[in-house]
Amino acid sequence: MPAVENETQLRALLGGLSGVDAVGAEARAAKLATRSLKKSTKLAALDLAISMVDLTTLEGADTPGRVTSLCTKAMHPDPSDSGVPHVAAACVYPDLVAHARHVLGASPVKVAAVATSFPSGRASLNVKLLDVREAVSAGADEIDMVIDRGAFLSGRLGQVFDEVVAVKEACGSTHLKVILETGELVTYDNVRRASWIAMLAGADFIKTSTGKVGVNATLPTALVMLEAVRDFAETTGVVVGVKVAGGIRSAKDALRYLVVINETVGSAWLSPDRFRFGASSLLNDLLMQRLKQRRGVYVRPDEFSGD
Amino acid sequence: MSDELTNSQLGAMAYDPAPESASIARIKPAYGLFINGEFSDPSSHEAFVTLNPATEEPLASVAQASTADVDRAVYAARRAYDTVWSKTTGAERSKYLFRIARIIQERSRELAVVETLDNGKPIRESRDIDIPLAAAHFFYYAGWADKLDHAGFGPDPKPLGVAGQIIPWNFPLLMAAWKLAPALAAGNTCVLKPAETTPLSALILAEILQQAELPEGVVNIITGDGSTGAALVDHPGVDKIAFTGSTEVGRLIQQRVATSHKHLTLELGGKGANIVFEDAPIDEMIEGIIDGIFFNQGHVCCAGSRLLVQESVADDVLRRLIRRVDQLRVGDPLDKNTDVGAINSAAQLSRIKELTAYGEEEGATRYTSTCSLPDKGYWFAPTVFADVSQSHRIAREEIFGPVLSVLTFRTPEEAVAKANNTNYGLACGVWSEKGSRTLWVAERLRAGVVWANTYNRFDPTSPFGGVRESGFGREGGRHGLEAYLNV
Repeated sequence: MPAVENETQLRALLGGLSGVDAVGAEARAAKLATRSLKKSTKLAALDLAISMVDLTTLEGADTPGRVTSLCTKAMHPDPSDSGVPHVAAACVYPDLVAHARHVLGASPVKVAAVATSFPSGRASLNVKLLDVREAVSAGADEIDMVIDRGAFLSGRLGQVFDEVVAVKEACGSTHLKVILETGELVTYDNVRRASWIAMLAGADFIKTSTGKVGVNATLPTALVMLEAVRDFAETTGVVVGVKVAGGIRSAKDALRYLVVINETVGSAWLSPDRFRFGASSLLNDLLMQRLKQRRGVYVRPDEFSGD
Repeated sequence: MSDELTNSQLGAMAYDPAPESASIARIKPAYGLFINGEFSDPSSHEAFVTLNPATEEPLASVAQASTADVDRAVYAARRAYDTVWSKTTGAERSKYLFRIARIIQERSRELAVVETLDNGKPIRESRDIDIPLAAAHFFYYAGWADKLDHAGFGPDPKPLGVAGQIIPWNFPLLMAAWKLAPALAAGNTCVLKPAETTPLSALILAEILQQAELPEGVVNIITGDGSTGAALVDHPGVDKIAFTGSTEVGRLIQQRVATSHKHLTLELGGKGANIVFEDAPIDEMIEGIIDGIFFNQGHVCCAGSRLLVQESVADDVLRRLIRRVDQLRVGDPLDKNTDVGAINSAAQLSRIKELTAYGEEEGATRYTSTCSLPDKGYWFAPTVFADVSQSHRIAREEIFGPVLSVLTFRTPEEAVAKANNTNYGLACGVWSEKGSRTLWVAERLRAGVVWANTYNRFDPTSPFGGVRESGFGREGGRHGLEAYLNV
């Protein structure tokens, strides 16, 4: 991996990246969205998507009871069918990490915490690092941090890079996902550059969004990030995962992302180790479509727990 | 991580077959000639069979129009012109065109399946491109029919009369729409001859014209082989010939109408150059190259069949391109996930094979997709030739198949010189993030169409046509009206 020693060098590196043609990227994503998954492909894809979900609750009104419910569901999404895989992680605010850890116990479901003054990231670096350290010591397996969009958009790229490096250090062996908040970066060129900054700084995952702004994950944005991940792996040998979050509510949408992965970075990324959906209501639709495939009919939404 | 690790697993998630149902097409066992608003048997009672190129199974028996039938069709068109259509107001003509457009939309699923069965193109393309664009052409020219005074051809421009229109097999319904919509909007009546291997969608269109209650004889659709086309070209009652097809046949037609009163427009072959500069947006450019040459199995007159890539990025582009070519899903055209379908006919397949064999013989480096091909039907795996030079036959002749020739250049001047070093002049593409260079190149290219950072994009509002051996006359846009007006 190229070592980044200063901002000038970082700029030169990013300057060497190809631009993204917005019309072309959106056309490519739209074309991939027409793929039609049927029968065994669809069943396998639905199970895979379930195993990739970071089941999320990020509300001011969250309670330990709600987190208990979420974690229980994360371990057994459909209690009536043991064939349903568990989701990848339960994603909560830092103050609820200890509780989630307690509920999940030795389960393979990970605890993910949003930290670094999520979602705005508007705090000093010290506050952000403290946020991260507390979440880690409370038992988080994964940290979802936000980049400083203000610094990125005003061109202080070195600052963005340094922050990710510092957070990565505070994480230690804890898995780090870096949220780019693509809805605030606006252009695909920015998304590609921010992806590279995060990867160069040591991100284990790059993530589209917080789910807290107007524009969250979109298929073309995910396409551009997956292309970045593919090119990064080819250039440096380092494998980085991708997480899409916000606005993915239907199984149909989720399967479209799987198609984009399959045809952009390949099946090696079709695993919860390398791809995640940050979502809450998506899980129930995946479960419903899964039952539809098996039984041939839709079940009532109330068949599945609300949260 | 090595290239191989990422490459080998690209697209490895297999998709179960997702075929569209062939029965949606409701193809009849036999079709007659559509003359004077109704289907009738040909005078000779001769017929030929149209095949599904993906399976070589017969689809339907189609009438072979003789010289007498051509005469009957032209007469019907003339009478309709004299008695009805020339007296129909622009607003009324517009009404019919809108109606046709809407019925095409209503029957789009059926038309898409018919097109895919008869032509071999993937259902994704017939469903998402051919049929919606055909409807869009009728909608667009419906808007012009009552505004001809404002089209820039002077006050009250007059139609030509009876138009004889001969269309190719690569976009059967779309080409019918390109021909009929402007002709009818301008006030002409038509005799349309679809290609021998793909007559079915035009015959469904005939049903649609009946449904739209278009006055009888305004459009006549006659099926047959080259002799039917020749009889139409030679018929003295025709005022205008519009032909889309090969340069070879176009040349013959031009000779035959040279001494007559007939107006002529020709849309012929091409050897389009896709020019890639080092600063091009790489991922979208790769998609554009793929679309440029593998769209519709490369059966596209404006296909970007020559890739001119700047030497500084040639290796990277070629590596990514080949990785992408391997990912193309070749097979059952009715499968919604198919990217590349069947070659339209045995004759076309053998021509592609012949020219690609020359490519190897002349020393180009051949790369063929590792995809597996069905046992029956006409198939050709997507192929890329690297190390091609200007003098190779595969860089000069139109292959009209899924075969790309890759050449390199060093400077913009060299790119322009190489792109223009062809007898054709239909379409080119320029890929660069630098607008000033794109414009500099575009204004030096001898081609009717230049796409910037895209390829094979069509729109009814945009004129399309060639220069030099790619023909003359424009289809689409305001310019498309000129071909059917006496101006």
